[in-house]
Amino acid sequence: MAVGTAPGHGTGTLPQIKGVKEVPYDELFVSGHRTCQGCESALVMRHMVKASGPRTIVLGSTGCMYVANTTYYTTPWVVPWMHTQLGASGSAALGTAAGLKVLMRKGKLKDEKINVIAFCGDGGGADMGLGAISATLTHKDYNCLVLLYDNESYANTDIQLSSQTPYGAVTTFSPTGSKRRLMHTRWKKNVPGMLAAGHPESRYIAAGCAAYAVDLMNKIRRALELGGPTFVHTLDPCPKGWDYHPQYSQELGHLAVECGIWPLYEVVDGVVNLTGPTRQIAEGRKKRKPVAEYLKRQGRFAHFIDEDIEHFQAEVDKMWTEWLIPGVIPFTIRQKDTTILNIDKKKPLHASA
Amino acid sequence: MAVEVKATPTSEVETEQLLTGCEAIAEAIRLADVDVMAAYPIRPYDGVMQAAAKLIAAGKMDVEYIVADGEHSQFEIVKHASAVGSRVFVGSSGVGWFYAFEAIAVTAGLRLPVVAICGNRALDDPGAFGTEHNDSLAVRDLGWLLPWAETAQESMDLALMAWRIAEDTRVSLPIAIGLDGAFLTHSQTLVKVPTKAAVDAFLPKYDLGDRLLHPDNPITIAPQVDQDWLMEIRRQNDAAMRNALGVIAKAHADFKRIFGRGGDDPFIDEYMTDDAEVVFFGQGTLALPMKVAIRRLRGQGHKVGLVRLKWFRPFPVQQIVKSLSRFKAVGVIDRDYSFGSPYYGGVLYNEVRSALYSLAKRPTVVGFIAGLGGREIEQPMAQEIFDKTVAAAKGDLSVGDQCHWIGVRD
Repeated sequence: MAVGTAPGHGTGTLPQIKGVKEVPYDELFVSGHRTCQGCESALVMRHMVKASGPRTIVLGSTGCMYVANTTYYTTPWVVPWMHTQLGASGSAALGTAAGLKVLMRKGKLKDEKINVIAFCGDGGGADMGLGAISATLTHKDYNCLVLLYDNESYANTDIQLSSQTPYGAVTTFSPTGSKRRLMHTRWKKNVPGMLAAGHPESRYIAAGCAAYAVDLMNKIRRALELGGPTFVHTLDPCPKGWDYHPQYSQELGHLAVECGIWPLYEVVDGVVNLTGPTRQIAEGRKKRKPVAEYLKRQGRFAHFIDEDIEHFQAEVDKMWTEWLIPGVIPFTIRQKDTTILNIDKKKPLHASA
Repeated sequence: MAVEVKATPTSEVETEQLLTGCEAIAEAIRLADVDVMAAYPIRPYDGVMQAAAKLIAAGKMDVEYIVADGEHSQFEIVKHASAVGSRVFVGSSGVGWFYAFEAIAVTAGLRLPVVAICGNRALDDPGAFGTEHNDSLAVRDLGWLLPWAETAQESMDLALMAWRIAEDTRVSLPIAIGLDGAFLTHSQTLVKVPTKAAVDAFLPKYDLGDRLLHPDNPITIAPQVDQDWLMEIRRQNDAAMRNALGVIAKAHADFKRIFGRGGDDPFIDEYMTDDAEVVFFGQGTLALPMKVAIRRLRGQGHKVGLVRLKWFRPFPVQQIVKSLSRFKAVGVIDRDYSFGSPYYGGVLYNEVRSALYSLAKRPTVVGFIAGLGGREIEQPMAQEIFDKTVAAAKGDLSVGDQCHWIGVRD
């Protein structure tokens, strides 16, 4: 069955939000949760269902947004919600979407648009559940969104490092010590870029941040409107895991983007569209801030010496100067091949870095 | 947006077809109008997925057929499809079943009526394709109902009963039907395939009621309950498993009334036991070589029979006690192992002994580990099992109350 005939596709009920005044008033994620003060991931949850509206089913993987977020008798979810296992967000989305689709096709359930969103943390999505998310993004006949809220550690279980923990950061699995300053020296996995590159039939894959709330809500809406299996990855500052005062969550979200560490973009039907300050940086309208401004605000990098900051800066610079598409596609091609592959038009992006 | 759905083509009259156990299950999937199924390859269970795919390709049934990226995803997919009101089917074998273990555990905890088959296969390592029951048995404590089939016909019949029993709101638990790998999954026999109308009369539609996950019923399923509530919820699962005994009995009675099959007792099947002094006890396809042995032994004047267990969970203590207390000795044949267990016995052996413990007059129970990895239980082995069981009945303490490995090279 083609995407266009599956339930929930393209009914135009979720238009793009043009400014903060157009944001829906209704709250579908309310009090009752136990997330930390300053938790940006809880804000992602709130924006997510605000954007999707009440005709939504949410599936939640194990992680902060399950354990701290959803307690018996005090659920914060106004929309129907169901737990799923740590590595099962992709399968939960797929199974729910498939169930709704077949029941509507057979006339066992009223045929209407129901949004299906499964969320996972970076542990559940970038580590354990990556395979299932990848599989789901190839099942183009099912309408479902997988949202990965990335607070860069297994924050619910004690702040252990994940494949999304940034280079050098202190976690309980990567403490700093007298013999080893850096226990963690792996570079953060490029999840949205990898998923966009690897799943050409997914119509929408995006990287967002709740510090840019309207941008994020519009990404959720566009994913649900385009239909098929889609993916949104958010970077969520975490006071407990990143070691900073809870009042600075929004500010750190802004800095992650402004320093070029977390590019905001969307891939719509195979076309990359940089959004927010990331676009301004790429177009040369805004200067990328040095990563030190971001790193020095967080206790998890307090052990960094100049050499570490320089390495971090060099790796981020590469994202902007050497990647085929800055911040998105992490390889490049030889200069002599650019004409053959007709990618001259990408040059302005490089030039601006 | 809506798609017109043509009625599933159905045969008007009951037919008799040459089917494997897997193909018989596939016919049950068609007859039960399953909504979502998820497949992943591993032998021998996957014969059912291949058979179902052919039925779909031929337009004989309308089901979302999802090829998953692994067994964990397979079981998660159907679990979630079940929560939004879909009738589902899934399955696996051996280590594949173990790859899905997390999803298998939560499915029972969630009280979702997933129906599965476990095409019983030896666990790695070392590799073996043949039957062992340790894959299914690993979930015995979790709240899955576990019947075992002897024949392809019984496979289909149990499957049709499975959706009815699992989806009954007094039960709401998943069911995994045990099919012995190769002996049953891939052996063809004649199977009576009922009409859709007859199945519809037996099998009600799946209705989750107020547990349906839907925007019109915005519930929160499986929030964090911690020590405050978990024990009460576990107790509800316990009650559901207790309820299952009655629900199985009623389903069995209705099945027998409508289809004319299923034997006298829903939980056990007795063979030549009327005047028996000793009996063999086991489950699955080992009934076949043991029945051959019984006919041979009876030809020699021995009073021997077979009691075959049809439902391992819930374990039918009442029926077991009533049946086995009539005999002098019971030879329990396990196609499984439980290393380090009491008397180093198999799983069935210790379950049977436990069930009989409180009887004032109880039979001697002898344990046998046989046919592992799909090894055939041949007649000399059956003879050895018989000889030891008879010796135990005569009070030979070197034989009784212990466990023997049968047909093993030194």
